[in-house]
Amino acid sequence: MPATDPNDIKNKMKRSDVVNRLKAEKARAKLKRRQRIAKEEEENPALKEERLKENVPKTLENMREMDETVVGENDEEVFEEEETDEFKQYFADGVQPKIMVTTSKRASANVYEFAEEFVSIFPDAELIKRGSQFEIKRIVELAIKRNYTDIAVINEDKKQPNAITLIHLPHGPTAHFKLSSIRLNKDIRGHGKVGPQKPELILNNFTTRLGHTIGRFFAALFPHVPEFQGRQVATFHNQRDFIFFRRHRYIFKNGERCDLQELGPRFTLKLRWLQKGTFDTRFGEYEWMHKPELDTSRRRFFL
Amino acid sequence: MQCDEVIWKTIAHNFCSYKVKTTTQNFCRNEYNVTGLCNKQSCPLANSRYATVREHEGKLYLYMKTIERAHTPAKMWERVRLSRNYAQALEQIDKELIYWPEFSIHKCKQRMTKQTQYLIRMRKLQLKPRPQLIGVKKKIERREARREAKAEAAARLDQNIEKELLERLKKGVYGTDAIVNEKQSAFVGALDRLADQGELDVDEIEDEDEDMEEDEEMEMEEEDEDGFEREFVSDVSDDEDEDVMDVEDAAEFASGDSESSEESDEDVNQAQARKIQMLAKAAAKKDKRRARVEVEYETEQTPRDAQSHW
Repeated sequence: MPATDPNDIKNKMKRSDVVNRLKAEKARAKLKRRQRIAKEEEENPALKEERLKENVPKTLENMREMDETVVGENDEEVFEEEETDEFKQYFADGVQPKIMVTTSKRASANVYEFAEEFVSIFPDAELIKRGSQFEIKRIVELAIKRNYTDIAVINEDKKQPNAITLIHLPHGPTAHFKLSSIRLNKDIRGHGKVGPQKPELILNNFTTRLGHTIGRFFAALFPHVPEFQGRQVATFHNQRDFIFFRRHRYIFKNGERCDLQELGPRFTLKLRWLQKGTFDTRFGEYEWMHKPELDTSRRRFFL
Repeated sequence: MQCDEVIWKTIAHNFCSYKVKTTTQNFCRNEYNVTGLCNKQSCPLANSRYATVREHEGKLYLYMKTIERAHTPAKMWERVRLSRNYAQALEQIDKELIYWPEFSIHKCKQRMTKQTQYLIRMRKLQLKPRPQLIGVKKKIERREARREAKAEAAARLDQNIEKELLERLKKGVYGTDAIVNEKQSAFVGALDRLADQGELDVDEIEDEDEDMEEDEEMEMEEEDEDGFEREFVSDVSDDEDEDVMDVEDAAEFASGDSESSEESDEDVNQAQARKIQMLAKAAAKKDKRRARVEVEYETEQTPRDAQSHW
């Protein structure tokens, strides 16, 4: 009997029989092929190397559209620019950060709960209740007078925190992030207890010029010298323009393995806009702003 | 042509499209109505002589109706721009409405006052920053949530963080004498050095993993075989911390035991020491004081017996 398409068989029992048989044959052939390859590669490891080299999966990361602002390793121009930017006082002059964290007006309990954990991330931050009289511009003026270096305003929607505005003082810039996927320490399984030591910082994948600015923004929120005996590390990892925040305690095993224990909170940020100068939504100059038109390609990323 | 009485009769008893009826009172929707009520005096349709004040783009105008121009409705109303100054505007009304009925003058002034107040309020609110309402775009939000989940999976956060930390370790960021980064043997050595100096850091011991602690103790016991007597000495009092006491007790037990039975086999010795450690730990967790009673190994009692006394 010639091999026919099982779909043409009208009897269901017969059809499923044939399909199962074909499936099993296929699986057997696959297994055999893999076993053969494994055997060959065991004898000749170079083959395996070659196969792995060729067999690179296509991901959004390696198919990313070229961004001409990606900063190279020896990009003198950018480094010179960075030496004179608004974060100079932290990086060059060694000014200690002092951060004020506050909420939107009449914040709800959920927001305070998150704000308290958010404050605990930064050793030099304090949570200040927002009076109903104070506009952000006024807060900026007061904070500059009191030598704060940064302000973080946590915004809420439907009683849940939904955005963070970071303002670097005294000359800006101001960044506005969408805030999502919040999990507080108590919601994380097997979480640890946060120690008082200053954490280390890991900034991953901030590659473009804009990404560099955002990375420097985060770096300037943490103290210059971490206390290694705390073994705590805070991470801002950028992947496809989503910035994932995590905090861990680590331990090295024999210098080859590293074990992690998570310390909350975790959350995700997505940059909405970056503004020159301090907060001014009316007359401020926007360095970058997310617009729906920018979302036309899913392989273009900005950070 | 224009007969006030006839018009009012129709409006009052029949139909008027501006009329709004409520149980207690009737209102008027006509924009030219100076009071907003539906009655004969303030009806802009049934009065051939009528004056009102209206606001247009933040400016106030006095409107006056002259019935002689009734045949050209487009030009029926004469309007005068009122001054922004309230007192001057009042004078203007007085001047323009000279010889008009007192009712018209009074109501126009009342309406002008009200409008001046709301304009002031509007300007004030305009200056104040107000939250801007933005529409929720559900489709985009859903899409972003999906992409975020995929990005998180692609990020492989834990692996990346571990890799980065190990790289830092290899680069020597943590220094050479930092306790956390050394091999286990070196770690124990450092602990011993600290113990000798009498400045054992409590936090360090607390933070270590359980298995690591056990390993250290094992190694120390082996060293004790050589005849060195070791003890952990801390400046923190026993009552302050449970975990610290665990470790100290265990160490004391281990050293005491190894002294008493130096001739016995290493394996047996270790097994015994471990058993004792476990017992000591269990006891310490049950009750601190009793655990300390048990530590009196000078009486040459085996710990098992001591436990049975309780």
